[in-house]
Amino acid sequence: MEGLERIVLAHPFFAGLEAELGQLVSGCARNLRFDSGKYLFHEGDAANEFYLIRQGSVALEILPPGQPAVVFATEREGDIVGTSWLVPPYRWRFDARAVELTRAIGIDARCLRDKCEADHHLGYEMMKRFLPVVVQRLDEARLQILDVYGKQDKRS
Amino acid sequence: MDPFIPHTYRVDRVRRETRDVTTLELAPMTGERPAFQPGQFNMLYVFGIGEVAISMSGDPAHANSYVHTVRNVGAVSGAIAALQAGAMLGLRGPFGTAWPAEAAAGNDIVIVAGGLGLAPLRPAIYHVLAHRERYGRVAILYGTRSPRDILYHGEIERWRRRLDVDIAVTVDHADPTWHGNVGVVPKLIQRIDFDPRNTVAMICGPEVMMRFTATALLGAGLSSDCIYLSMERNMKCGIGLCGHCQFGPYFVCKDGPVMRYDRIADILVVREI
Amino acid sequence: MAELDLSVGAKATLSHLGLQALIEALAARNYQVLGPTVRDGAIVYDAITTLDDLPAGWTDRQDAGKYRLERRTDKALFGYAVGPQSWKRFLHPPIERLWQARREGDGFALGCPEPAARKFAFLGVRACELHAIGIQDRVFLGGPYLDTGYQQRRLDNFLIAVNCGEAGGTCFCASMSTGPKAEAGFDLALTELLDNGRHSFLVEVGTVLGGEVLAVLPHGPASPEAIATADAVVARTARHMGRHLDTNGIKELLQENPEHPRWDDVAARCLTCANCTMVCPTCFCTTVEDHSDLAGHTAERVRRWDSCFTLDFSYIHGGSVRKENRSRYRQWMTHKLASWIDQFGTSGCVGCGRCITWCPVGIDITAEAAAIRENPRASREAEHGGA
Repeated sequence: MEGLERIVLAHPFFAGLEAELGQLVSGCARNLRFDSGKYLFHEGDAANEFYLIRQGSVALEILPPGQPAVVFATEREGDIVGTSWLVPPYRWRFDARAVELTRAIGIDARCLRDKCEADHHLGYEMMKRFLPVVVQRLDEARLQILDVYGKQDKRS
Repeated sequence: MDPFIPHTYRVDRVRRETRDVTTLELAPMTGERPAFQPGQFNMLYVFGIGEVAISMSGDPAHANSYVHTVRNVGAVSGAIAALQAGAMLGLRGPFGTAWPAEAAAGNDIVIVAGGLGLAPLRPAIYHVLAHRERYGRVAILYGTRSPRDILYHGEIERWRRRLDVDIAVTVDHADPTWHGNVGVVPKLIQRIDFDPRNTVAMICGPEVMMRFTATALLGAGLSSDCIYLSMERNMKCGIGLCGHCQFGPYFVCKDGPVMRYDRIADILVVREI
Repeated sequence: MAELDLSVGAKATLSHLGLQALIEALAARNYQVLGPTVRDGAIVYDAITTLDDLPAGWTDRQDAGKYRLERRTDKALFGYAVGPQSWKRFLHPPIERLWQARREGDGFALGCPEPAARKFAFLGVRACELHAIGIQDRVFLGGPYLDTGYQQRRLDNFLIAVNCGEAGGTCFCASMSTGPKAEAGFDLALTELLDNGRHSFLVEVGTVLGGEVLAVLPHGPASPEAIATADAVVARTARHMGRHLDTNGIKELLQENPEHPRWDDVAARCLTCANCTMVCPTCFCTTVEDHSDLAGHTAERVRRWDSCFTLDFSYIHGGSVRKENRSRYRQWMTHKLASWIDQFGTSGCVGCGRCITWCPVGIDITAEAAAIRENPRASREAEHGGA
């Protein structure tokens, strides 16, 4: 498992994580590959895993009934996909589709949640990393909601 | 030259960019068109209808014409967007302050455009690319509403083919046929390579987008006196005499539209200033 | 007539006869002579031909939202402060056609603006008004683009200043260092002297042209007593100002307090009626209207006064930047007392008090400034429970 541990610690999300904690996290990790068009998960599925994207890109989308899916974000190399695993009821609220061939590390959610319960130091290190991501995505979502390029935009 | 009286220009070419955006190429009826700097604007007049301020979006080095990209959002802009080749327009200008494209030589350049904001930035892009050797790394970040709203598609593809420019395009939302980035423009900043201590950033787009982008650039280590925005306010005269375009103590028509971020950061966040 | 020294700075005296002769001399030189006259219960500026047109024996009682004319016990010609108008309506007219255009073939041709109006002579320009004209000179002639119409109208002006013998109820020129004495910018300056039944005018020469015009009028020497009396008149006026404005650090005070609760307070009273901007001698904002005839053959552009108090003033992108009363009042007052200094190097306010007098709800710019000064950054304290 040493190779996987190296890969996990090399991902920007885990930058600065102590080697010991890196070992704990890697114990829940596995290597994954998604061909273009394949779904990482679907809305409603149990959120059992979150993903560190190593290569490729993943589109997050929602399918309104009777309409084509709306892609509202894309995550690429260096990003993470999935925060629903952190909060009950641990179910995905949207779909995630590999836009191109994508390689990722999947981290087992229940495994990591259990380890965080047992070791609060690990839990806190995880929170410190997740919170900025969540906050930034909230900011980005708000900017998207404003629809700044919509009818009001008048650069002319 | 009386700055109140328009000169007559002829529409030489019309190009439909997207469903509500049109680009016009204008040539003077007599004489030469005055030289302009990237970032400046003209007041365009349609006979009997009115006048509106539109930034130049063409190459300052290019021949005897002005290029203006116009979005149909009102009586005058709608009338302009509907003009055919051969039609006549009134024009006053060029007015306003310029992008610091020339002064930024020796720096890395980050250009961030939102929606129609790409139009006022295009002259600066032309200048930088025409003198590429004077700059360090050059990045162009462009965000718009959806893939259908992407402006200057062919040109963006040509820029993308260059090996010495970093371009990233994103849209606020898309359907699955779009294989590019989806998300807001500030998010692209973490993907590009630049030296924050030696970078000049030029941002143009809706005001909210510019504020978020400036904040993200500050977060990436740029100092606030290296970031430039293109502001917009109601304009009637374009020459600092009617009072409409005031933004705090500044007249956007003569102290802007291009303004350095550190000078306006405090005013930008005051509600209804 | 004795040969008096009438070089710049010299003083002489004029009688009624001399003043009448002055009006006629200016008319003979093709000036359109404008001066104060009573109309509709107010003293306004209009064409005058004789002294009888002037408001002899009238004074005004002014206060916040109040203006009333009253009879004096004497026959002073200039025994009042300023009325609702200023000289702005002649130099920067409320409506002006900028140009015309007519269709020609596939396009159109633009016509040059009409030639300027006759040259103006203003009789009775107060010190505050001289400063206001100077301020508008900086706005229209001091920037990268000149207002060519204003430039034309300012050519060949003949200004006869009057040093105020009465301080108005809303006057505060002393606070703004703009009066009551006329210091510069005039061709001739008069101080009305009324004592012991004698009625004359001390006249000071301000320019070579002023001296030339005066030279051919019936005039006499200025005695030291007359000069002293004139000085005393002005000094007394300075001591009786109706209002006071503390200008120390006013620029920073207003620019650093955009969220002061006082703005909400004044907003609850302000009707955004724009009276203040219309009567103000320095407000210069305009808008343009493009008209065409029904057949679409001719078009014109007309410029007219506008006010930052209107909702449309700051319209962009389908809405106005300044929607609330609060933001618009803040814009006007901050511009007048603070931003103007950044833009043009001086305050925009000359302390004439018109905005106070002609506000239908009596908002007083000096009181608003004092309220903010009394408790700067009050909004932040309010956030922390008022401690």
